Amino acid sequence: MTLALKTTDLAKTFDMGKRLFGPPRAQVHAVHPVSLQVRQTETLGIVGESGCGKSTLARMLVGLTPPTSGTIEIEGRALDRADPAAFGRLIQYVFQDPVSSLNPRKTIRQIMEAPLRLLHGLTGQALDDRVMELFDAVNLRPEFLTRYPHEFSGGQAQRIGIARALAASPRILILDEPVSALDVSVQAQVLNLLADLKQRLDLTYLFISHDLAVVEAVSDRIAVLYFGSVVETGPAEKVFAAPRHPYTKLLADSAPVVARALGGAQSGELPDPLNPPAGCAFAGRCPRATDLCRRIVPDLRAIEGDQFAACHHPRDP
Amino acid sequence: MGGYILKRLLSAIPVLLGITVIVFLIMAMIPGDPATAILGSYATPENVERLNRHLGLDEPLWRQYFIWLGNLVQGDFGRSFALNRPVLDEILDRFSATLVLAGTAFVLCSLLGILAGVVSAARQYGLADKAITFVVILGISVPSFFLGMMMILLFAVKLQWFPVSGMYSIWGGGDLPDLIRHLTMPALALSVVATGVIARLSRGAMLEVLRQDFVRTARAKGVHERRVIWGHALRAAMVSIIPVLGIQAGFVLSGAVYIEMVFQWPGVGRMLVDGILKRDILLVQGGVVFVAACYVGFNIVVDVAQSLLDPRIRT
Amino acid sequence: MTLFLRLLFRNKLAGFGAVVLGVIVVLAVLTPILPLQPPNETNTADRFLRPLQGGHLLGTDHLGRDLLSRLMWGTRLSLAVGFAAALVAGLVGAAIGVVAGYFGGRTDNVTMRGVDMLMAFPYILLALAIVAVLGPGLLNALIAVAVVNIPFFARNIRGVTVGIAHREFIDAAKLAGMGHTRILLSEVVPNIVPVVVIAMSTTIGWMILETAGLSFLGLGSQPPQADLGSMLGEARSALITAPHTSVVPGVMILLIVMSVNLLGDGIRDALDPRLRSGALARPMATTRVERAGAPMPKPEDGLLQIDDLETQFHVGTRVYKAVNKVSLALNPGECLGLVGESGSGKSVTALSVMGLVASPPGVITGGAVHLQGQDLIGAPYELLRTLRGRKVAYIFQDPLSTLHPLYRIGDQLIEAIRVHDPVSHAQAHRRAVKLLEDVRIPNAGARARAYPHELSGGMRQRVGIAMALANDPDIIIADEPTTALDVTVQAQILALLSDLRRDRGLAILFITHDFGVVGQLCDRVAVMYGGRIVEAGPTGDVLTAPAHPYTKRLIACVPELGGGQRALAAIPGLPPAVDNLPEGCAFAPRCDKAQPSCKTGEIDLTGDTRKVRCLFPEVAL
Repeated sequence: MTLALKTTDLAKTFDMGKRLFGPPRAQVHAVHPVSLQVRQTETLGIVGESGCGKSTLARMLVGLTPPTSGTIEIEGRALDRADPAAFGRLIQYVFQDPVSSLNPRKTIRQIMEAPLRLLHGLTGQALDDRVMELFDAVNLRPEFLTRYPHEFSGGQAQRIGIARALAASPRILILDEPVSALDVSVQAQVLNLLADLKQRLDLTYLFISHDLAVVEAVSDRIAVLYFGSVVETGPAEKVFAAPRHPYTKLLADSAPVVARALGGAQSGELPDPLNPPAGCAFAGRCPRATDLCRRIVPDLRAIEGDQFAACHHPRDP
Repeated sequence: MGGYILKRLLSAIPVLLGITVIVFLIMAMIPGDPATAILGSYATPENVERLNRHLGLDEPLWRQYFIWLGNLVQGDFGRSFALNRPVLDEILDRFSATLVLAGTAFVLCSLLGILAGVVSAARQYGLADKAITFVVILGISVPSFFLGMMMILLFAVKLQWFPVSGMYSIWGGGDLPDLIRHLTMPALALSVVATGVIARLSRGAMLEVLRQDFVRTARAKGVHERRVIWGHALRAAMVSIIPVLGIQAGFVLSGAVYIEMVFQWPGVGRMLVDGILKRDILLVQGGVVFVAACYVGFNIVVDVAQSLLDPRIRT
Repeated sequence: MTLFLRLLFRNKLAGFGAVVLGVIVVLAVLTPILPLQPPNETNTADRFLRPLQGGHLLGTDHLGRDLLSRLMWGTRLSLAVGFAAALVAGLVGAAIGVVAGYFGGRTDNVTMRGVDMLMAFPYILLALAIVAVLGPGLLNALIAVAVVNIPFFARNIRGVTVGIAHREFIDAAKLAGMGHTRILLSEVVPNIVPVVVIAMSTTIGWMILETAGLSFLGLGSQPPQADLGSMLGEARSALITAPHTSVVPGVMILLIVMSVNLLGDGIRDALDPRLRSGALARPMATTRVERAGAPMPKPEDGLLQIDDLETQFHVGTRVYKAVNKVSLALNPGECLGLVGESGSGKSVTALSVMGLVASPPGVITGGAVHLQGQDLIGAPYELLRTLRGRKVAYIFQDPLSTLHPLYRIGDQLIEAIRVHDPVSHAQAHRRAVKLLEDVRIPNAGARARAYPHELSGGMRQRVGIAMALANDPDIIIADEPTTALDVTVQAQILALLSDLRRDRGLAILFITHDFGVVGQLCDRVAVMYGGRIVEAGPTGDVLTAPAHPYTKRLIACVPELGGGQRALAAIPGLPPAVDNLPEGCAFAPRCDKAQPSCKTGEIDLTGDTRKVRCLFPEVAL
């Protein structure tokens, strides 16, 4: 099977306290070198808590943030320049806040037409037909086209956001917390729509979320991010059911599940990004940590089958 | 804290240099020849040339700047040809008078403005709010020089409560009560506009803050409403009021120019206007740099006050 | 546009300003064709004539020129110059601000340092210097005033642009293939225009004053031409002998500037969406109560008893029934979960208990809240205040915005203690540190000196909990206390709350949208939909055998960890708007079991320990 997306050692370092000239005062490694491979028509779920670098990673994948180092390949073609327009035809982005991602001073038609005109050069009847086709695909009524974004609920606005992303006819969609701002009853509607679209259009998804249960429900494979690094990847059914990295285990235990005792009460917090620890970033919170962990950063390695973990002392399943 | 003050002081140096560059460039653009202005239009070319060389005006512009800057740093602002005395002496005399006037007006407008703004916000849409809003609109719409003139007509000419103009009585004055009698009208006239601006900004800042979640938290704790407003809310609102005070200080200083004209106050503003009309370049140059430098210094004080209030900006 | 004009004229003062300014502008435009005497014709014999003397309506000036005529010509000039200066300053400043704000980085840095440099001058110094270079004259005064005001516009607009440039729709536009120029023109600028209009309309008055001021100093318009400022300047020497020559132009400036300011304020208010929705109103110390007759006291003696509570939001003519006859009882030591989606009224219910719903627009229109037999709705402020935090304490959602950013957390705790208990500062401090230890904050003594922004989200929420515990309350109302936190931190906070509750015998009203959290923490649960309770009962029963179709289908929507990849059940449609609730069951339009009878009349909440508001419940109770 061909790869839809491949990153090699993709990393991003932000300069803090910039000066007019000269080096910055400090640097934060938002994303440590990440190598990911996503197969075609696969859904890769990316989970992690706030500050783990998942949004920075996503923005690099669509060219909105230039990476500090590393490469991105989409369907075998390298995209070496951070140019959103070049990325746009291949890979699109669905934003977390559906209302904020729509310009409040434009009608939905104007918003929908922009990518069609600029990326595919559509005009006239072809343009109108394509807009109707997209609107139909996300189950929206055509009369919405003349309205402004503030007239829509979160769920409707997110459908518009999805339709706009699809307008570019991309091969891959990056879904950055696409349902986090929505109520649960609406959340399921949008998730099901996404599943349906993927089936019909042979899309590949990168689904980013902090909600483990949602990620597990929609993904084929899952990558767990902690402090800018991938700490575990594997098939969706195994990552949370049989976690190998202690952090994945902590995440799984922390998710509220009916009729399960409250867990993970004393588990500490994230290290200071301005002053990162020397070895494994999770060592300070880890019950299995040894001296080795505090000195040397563990590499991501195969533990069993296609389950990988970056841990010196992986758990037994 | 000490580190922050030091950082702030160091960051003022490029600003001060920038100010001298801007002032020097503007003054260098003034059409006409200072030497001709000094010697009069009947001066012989030889005399003009000699004076030019004496003033260093035959040097390239950048050298002139550094010569002038070097002299400035040593406290030599040059000599005013119209007054025939060192510029710095004249500035110091005049600036102290301006400082008395503008300082008093600034204290007045800060206190009254914040007070009015808080009361107005606390009683939003009440009688006090409407009255304050009306007075504020009136205050920011009246030209201060016109207000000063009307005050002279009413309080000095008609009612004879205060002297018409000047800083001290010519005979037998010079003590503090005499100064206060002379100061009252100009200081009030000068503070009116800034009071209005500060009052409406304080009102807006208070209304903004009173909707914040931490105000609800304070109420949920059982904190008394008086303390919610004058403690929690005002303190948070001061974060946006203090920078406005800094800007308004500049406006008060600027407004002082008009008030000094109206009330014949012997301040630096009148000196500058006279200097421009008489083309006394060194005097104008020195005066502008001096006042601007003082204003930069004042803004450092404002920033330090802000950092004392708001721990988030100290780092 | 018509909406804009309607909003503008709803503000009477702005309407007044618009009318006055309109009259003045029309007169100024018509000046050349009005039957006025020539403005510059001197007649020294007739100097300083009082108004109405010698055929001069407003008298004459020191050269015997007709004041009315000079006034009209001067007004024309002053208006033109003021508007021109505002336009130039506004457009140039906005352009600089938009470019600096959008591109950021070094462009921004260099431009803004230049702007800061200009702002380091008291503005008049700069204006004087510019006039000194260009020479006195009205056009030069205009340039000076415009230049001096550019930095203010640039800085203001830059701030707004930075906010817009980081919005997601700009990223979306980049991904749609737009270049920088196109984004600036079609995405950024349309969002900036209202701000520029507001900034200009609120500063035109100031510009008119400024140009008048320069003319007053003799640096603006030169004789014989006169704007209002130079008329005043010329009249100053005759202030005492002929005051009318000063009063006439002075009053005109005042009139112009005041009407401009009133109109400008009106424009600002009409364009600001927050003012439109009334969101800038100051919330009062307690929620407004408009209850028609106090309800009878209830005989039951729960710790906290909410009966038929109705809380509404009155915005304009709309009435949002956020809480619609909600009844709940909380017993000592019990944890009651209140579950619902956003807009279901769960938070408003919780805030209504202690009168903390923001008012305006909130109004409690009915029902009662009994705390140990005492009705809190409509209770005097002082009584409510002494109960807040002492008997009933709150924990709120976002711990960053709910703690005061400028007070040390220790001081905030000490205040909470001393509000209700007049102990010494030192004693209160000791108790504060103890509280921080109780919520398991490591190194509590030192942390008491920290400011909220120096703590992580989880630590801040611990402080919020410590503050709620400060006076040993009987009841804690926790309004989505873990929603803003990460899942591992959420688990820590929930475990802490659970322990504290057991140790201290606290009763907790726990508001959340998360069934998982309810299932782990709460003894009983009530489900809200459209401002009403649709189902209530012991947590286990409700979660395993939900009786209301909404509850059942909502639970099915929520994926639970461990289920693997799967399709999720969804509820079609949207939750109802509470300003336009359907008759009958609010869920009927989305319910696949709905019958015609579901859409008429009032459906009661029936049952005993398990209650449901449904004609066709999923399980028999």
